[in-house]
Amino acid sequence: MARFRGRGMASVNYPIGMNLGGDPSQALIHSNPDGKFTVALSAIDLGQGMKQVTRQVAAETLGVPIEDVYVDTADSDTGPHDMGSFASRGTHRMGNAVIAAAREARGVLLEAAAEELEVNAADLVTDGRGNIHVKGAPSRSITVRATAQAAQFKQGKTIAGRGIFLIPLSSVDAETGEMNPNTAFAHACLVADVEVDDETGDVTVLGMSSAYELGRVINPRMVEQQLVGGAWMGISHALYETPEPYYPNPDHGPRDFNEYLMPGPGDIAPYSITILERPAPDGPFGGKGPGEMCANPVLPAIANAVYNAVGVRVNDLPITPEKILRGIRANGGAKPQARRGGAL
Amino acid sequence: MAKVPMQFRLNGSDRAAFADPADNLLTVLRRGLNEFGPKYGCGQGTCGTCSVLIDGELHLACLTLAAACEGASIETVSGMADGPNLHPLQNAFMEHFAAQCGFCTPGMLIAAKALLDRNPNPSREEVIDAIAGNICRCTGYEPIIQAILSAARVSPAQRRS
Ligand code: FES
Ligand code: FES
Repeated sequence: MARFRGRGMASVNYPIGMNLGGDPSQALIHSNPDGKFTVALSAIDLGQGMKQVTRQVAAETLGVPIEDVYVDTADSDTGPHDMGSFASRGTHRMGNAVIAAAREARGVLLEAAAEELEVNAADLVTDGRGNIHVKGAPSRSITVRATAQAAQFKQGKTIAGRGIFLIPLSSVDAETGEMNPNTAFAHACLVADVEVDDETGDVTVLGMSSAYELGRVINPRMVEQQLVGGAWMGISHALYETPEPYYPNPDHGPRDFNEYLMPGPGDIAPYSITILERPAPDGPFGGKGPGEMCANPVLPAIANAVYNAVGVRVNDLPITPEKILRGIRANGGAKPQARRGGAL
Repeated sequence: MAKVPMQFRLNGSDRAAFADPADNLLTVLRRGLNEFGPKYGCGQGTCGTCSVLIDGELHLACLTLAAACEGASIETVSGMADGPNLHPLQNAFMEHFAAQCGFCTPGMLIAAKALLDRNPNPSREEVIDAIAGNICRCTGYEPIIQAILSAARVSPAQRRS
């Protein structure tokens, strides 16, 4: 009848995106008559921040204020083709497609401005605040808005850009089995501290610490929040969620949120995160993107922490009290393991 | 079944609807009155995203018979902002990144408002208790807890009730 503390660790090398027949994303950008830009994507923002990342990347590349960029991700019937929002591919794949589209649109924008100012487009720069001017001569300027209107109503030009980013299919070498499915890997290490009750089998997560290397972090607050939310999901998968808690008879499985368990706001643990940035050579401004790996290392770290606490190795998820109690009984009692790295 | 007329106040305006006497309030709000603030999550009282205030008290619209709200004053997330001025809780949710997909947010905001209306200075435990009936799949709850605690620190004079 005791509570045992344990510490577990897990690391992850996480491939960004996938490579089943090639992995393309497309983006289209056009200017509206008011000098604002619309980015059309078919990838969906499910709350992970796709729209915000797209706005930042597009505004930076176009050289216009972020408020002047709209992102339309709604419709895969009418939008440009995209593989979708999965495999943690959004920032990397779509971000690169958006940069390509924004570069082309910026080229047309500067040409239209050059025509109005009667200068060479190569001599023009943007100030990021909605103006275009001659390099070294800020007074010779025109607003993006006036340029967009001139392009549309005088010059008969479309200020627009097309972008695609493709990771081509990497075939398997028949001799060696070698392939190169991914170009960008993110990395993380996570430590979890738990307490296990040997009478009830209950696991309490006391706290977690992690370090994530994600390439250039395009929006730090959103990355941090994605990591916090993903870690909760990791705890949930490690200790709570299953459609078949009483397998092999699924008749007694959960039918609703009363029976399908997830940790509530009272079950969360303090979590400290360190973010490391090693920009990816082929990422948009060096970005990779966190995505699924927010949750991944939490599961093995908790499994290791449970083993460290009571000596029970649970090999199938979730790690329920029942499995822990059966393990403790099979071992003839809780068997706390050695621990390095100081007191918990 | 024959439809019956019902009237109540919704976010400060008098509204009337014809609805099946067995309809729940969530159905009448969303289908009858195009009030899409409260979300349909589970339809059986387990997720909290349909939360509304009825005469100031927190209720699950999916478990409330609409006809029982005759004459009542109903408040949804859509009524929290004062014109262009967001409620301090809404501002705090933005500040603290307390919404990701946003599906739980209407219910979280209403549950938090119910808490602050009766207890302007809640402890962390009281905040947790207040949102324990609301499921969030995305945020891990911590930013929501932080947002509510920080909105509570905004002086009541600045807060619209
Ligand atoms: S929809 Fe009412 S509680 Fe889920
Ligand atoms: S933000 Fe997605 S459910 Fe809470």
